[in-house]
Amino acid sequence: MSTVKLTVNGKAVAVDVEDRTLLVQLLRDHLNLTGTHVGCDTSQCGACVIHMDGKAIKSCTMLAGQADGASITTIEGIAKGDELHPMQAAFRDNHGLQCGYCTPGMIMSAIDIVHRYGGQLDEATVRHELEGNICRCTGYHNIVKAVLDAAGRMKVSQAAE
Amino acid sequence: MYQTVYHRASSVDEAVALFSKSSEAKFLAGGQTLLPVMKQRLASPSDVIDLGKIKELQGVELSGDVLTIKAGTTYFDIMQNADVKKAIPAIAYLTSVLGDPAVRYRGTIGGSIANNDPAADFPAALLALGATVKTNKRSITADDFFQGMFTTALEDGELITAVSFPVPAKAGYEKMRHPASRFALTGVFVAQTKSGEIRVAATGASQSGVMRVPAIEAALKANWSPSAIDGVSISASNLLADIHGTAEYRANLIKVMAQRAVAAAR
Repeated sequence: MSTVKLTVNGKAVAVDVEDRTLLVQLLRDHLNLTGTHVGCDTSQCGACVIHMDGKAIKSCTMLAGQADGASITTIEGIAKGDELHPMQAAFRDNHGLQCGYCTPGMIMSAIDIVHRYGGQLDEATVRHELEGNICRCTGYHNIVKAVLDAAGRMKVSQAAE
Repeated sequence: MYQTVYHRASSVDEAVALFSKSSEAKFLAGGQTLLPVMKQRLASPSDVIDLGKIKELQGVELSGDVLTIKAGTTYFDIMQNADVKKAIPAIAYLTSVLGDPAVRYRGTIGGSIANNDPAADFPAALLALGATVKTNKRSITADDFFQGMFTTALEDGELITAVSFPVPAKAGYEKMRHPASRFALTGVFVAQTKSGEIRVAATGASQSGVMRVPAIEAALKANWSPSAIDGVSISASNLLADIHGTAEYRANLIKVMAQRAVAAAR
């Protein structure tokens, strides 16, 4: 057992876990943050993507201990109270989900993509960048539309801040 | 995953010392291969020694005609690095088509070559460019380092610290990506050294892991152009065959990817 200390959605936490605990298990089973999903458990599907120190990574492919000292943001941490994050709002407005299982990972990856490209995105780039996130409903068309829509909104909201 | 004991090393010396004190330890770099393998219970190290916080294993240096990438540098950092883009743009391109963005944030060059997956990208780059692998004990040429599928010259407890690439005159990489895993169904790295030597390496093709392709090297030596490879014949014997492609298909892919790599080389 080890104590892992990290910041999750702005809150400092210390959790006692077995050394073999994955970061996604710490989030879901110990902190009850079940918005982060486990889809394939083989590092391919991206349902477990969270932000660690601002980078979108697969929380099923990391030991909790490796995240010690890091700042983690999950899908639960991106809205401002009742106001959805622009990416969440764009997914809702563009019907960017069907069953919704892949959506938390899609949204966390998509926010990272928009940040990396500074909002300068086209459809081909979004499709290439989303290749680590799998939607079994194969609803990619509206997901891509949502990301492009959000890229514009995030640029506007950054400019307003 | 079976039980294991997690250690975090803060220096190469500490990592090596922790390794020697454990019964069956594994070094943990980015974990993008080791952790999935442990989750499938195909590996069950008694101890994992995390290298992720070792500062001396991070970074890229360009000194004259040698580009050195330290072993713990992530694919993402390699892809973004200005010296890599300037000195060997084919390596920056290779990292951009390796895995997916989340994997590129975590996976490292040292982890990739230590594992020597027969379909990994970096072994082809090292072999074609005539790179040198630096460890905590010695320097090993790429020709000697890769010794077959999942097998390298590394001794137990030996730790890769960096890879040094001689800057080539020209180099290019192309691969046929597996549509789900993004591993190379076959990938070919071509390089023309500054002394005029031609080296070509293929990954994802051979049952013996990454390999040189002498027939294509000879053709390119005579004429550095994609069309020079038209008449080359690649034997399918000892090539991989699985549900994704036959040995004959991969033999053809070696030619086609080599042609595309030459066309893309700069």
